[in-house]
Amino acid sequence: MRFTKDHEWVVLEGDVATIGITAHAAEQLGDVVFVETPEPGKVVKAGDAFAVVESVKAASDVYAPISGEVIEGNTVLGDAPETVNADPENGGWFAKVRVSDPSQYDALMDRPAYEAFLATQ
Amino acid sequence: MSATDTAALKTTPLTQAHIALGARMVPFAGYTMPVQYPMGVMQEHLWTREHAGLFDVSHMGQARLRGVSPLSAFEEVVPGDFIGLKPGKQKYSVLLNKKGGIVDDLMAGRPDDDGLFVVVNGACKDNDFKVIDDELAGQVDIQRLEDRALLALQGPEAAAVFQAHVPAAADMVFMDIRSLPGFGTDLIVSRSGYTGEDGYEISVPAAEAVRVWNLLLADERVRPIGLGARDSLRLEAGLPLYGHDLDETVSPVEAGLTFAINKNRREQRDFPGAARIVKELTDGPARVKVCLKVLEGAPAREGAEVADANGVVVGVVTSGGYSPVLKGGIALAFVPPELKAVGTPLKVIVRGKPQSAEVVPSPFVPHRYVRKA
Repeated sequence: MRFTKDHEWVVLEGDVATIGITAHAAEQLGDVVFVETPEPGKVVKAGDAFAVVESVKAASDVYAPISGEVIEGNTVLGDAPETVNADPENGGWFAKVRVSDPSQYDALMDRPAYEAFLATQ
Repeated sequence: MSATDTAALKTTPLTQAHIALGARMVPFAGYTMPVQYPMGVMQEHLWTREHAGLFDVSHMGQARLRGVSPLSAFEEVVPGDFIGLKPGKQKYSVLLNKKGGIVDDLMAGRPDDDGLFVVVNGACKDNDFKVIDDELAGQVDIQRLEDRALLALQGPEAAAVFQAHVPAAADMVFMDIRSLPGFGTDLIVSRSGYTGEDGYEISVPAAEAVRVWNLLLADERVRPIGLGARDSLRLEAGLPLYGHDLDETVSPVEAGLTFAINKNRREQRDFPGAARIVKELTDGPARVKVCLKVLEGAPAREGAEVADANGVVVGVVTSGGYSPVLKGGIALAFVPPELKAVGTPLKVIVRGKPQSAEVVPSPFVPHRYVRKA
């Protein structure tokens, strides 16, 4: 699993990246009440806002950590957005993306690096 | 906000208490204030609806207006009947500009014989007191009560909690206000609030604030509640927030606050902006505030456009969010008066997507004010 400074995580299996927000991000947001995941077919560039997560207080963008074409959004989050809080780094995934440049994955932080980054925040 | 601004943030007498409770502090109205505690906005909101929530609202502006006849003088800047305000009562009102726009909304009451006690919004207070001082120079002296904190205890269990400490407050009803001894100090207590629930707002000397806060929190029915839940609670109660639903261009008629314009005052037309306001009362305003329930999709937040059933943009959301009680999006919006009827189907446009919404009655969640002792 790799991480961004915007608190997204990515797991790459073959050329398919599964993307979500980190446990730290979910904890900071508080209770998630609405999630908007991208439609299949949407082409995203690393750094694009490609999903939205909303708490009682506010809406926050989720940025694509890696470029590619969305192949699936997590439909579970439509009826059960609280899954993002309950299981942020597994069942609370946002989208699967067929990546165009797998080398982008290697450029992201690994967990020790992400945890070191969190310690500076 | 720059580091310089952060350094300049003011504190309340309770700031350290909030930090000790693990609050997330944010800049608000020039103060560092708790937006939420570890319980989180959702649980804080629901706790207040079921039990009792304790809020620090010491950023708000408290003042005494004194003079030969402060009640009649005050009528020169607001549209309410304050000459007729009985001792022991407070009223909601709006400070008006010459064009009938709202400078701020406020509470003003007579807790005792010492003039008029007013509470205004924190973000507006310096300007409010300047406006009042400019308009009423020579008629009232304004004493700002910077040495007092303000707490709010709100929720269905708030009355029992508070009355255990201050039994004399038990026979107060909604909008009563009294100077009372309590917690071994002098309090100004009103039975009112900003959540739609029963409860009290308690003005307490700053030096006693931490002690009173801790005594109230020691009751297991009470939890500390931050500004995040304060906002979602007031939205469910259909109550406007200055700077969002109200501003200097919005008249009290547009804002649905005609109850604050008393009959004798509208006949006398002797308040700022009376020409516009009386005309709007007679002919109807160009836009009106409505309550919207969002029937699908994301919550519509401030700034979202409102469209009619044909998709033509006709208005704007002035505040909106997620209702923890109704489990969906709710919003206050301005629309043309012909679209204000309950049941009118509308669209809210969120991130470019039109979503179904409907005009619903105010408030979204019923008020539970105690009107009889």
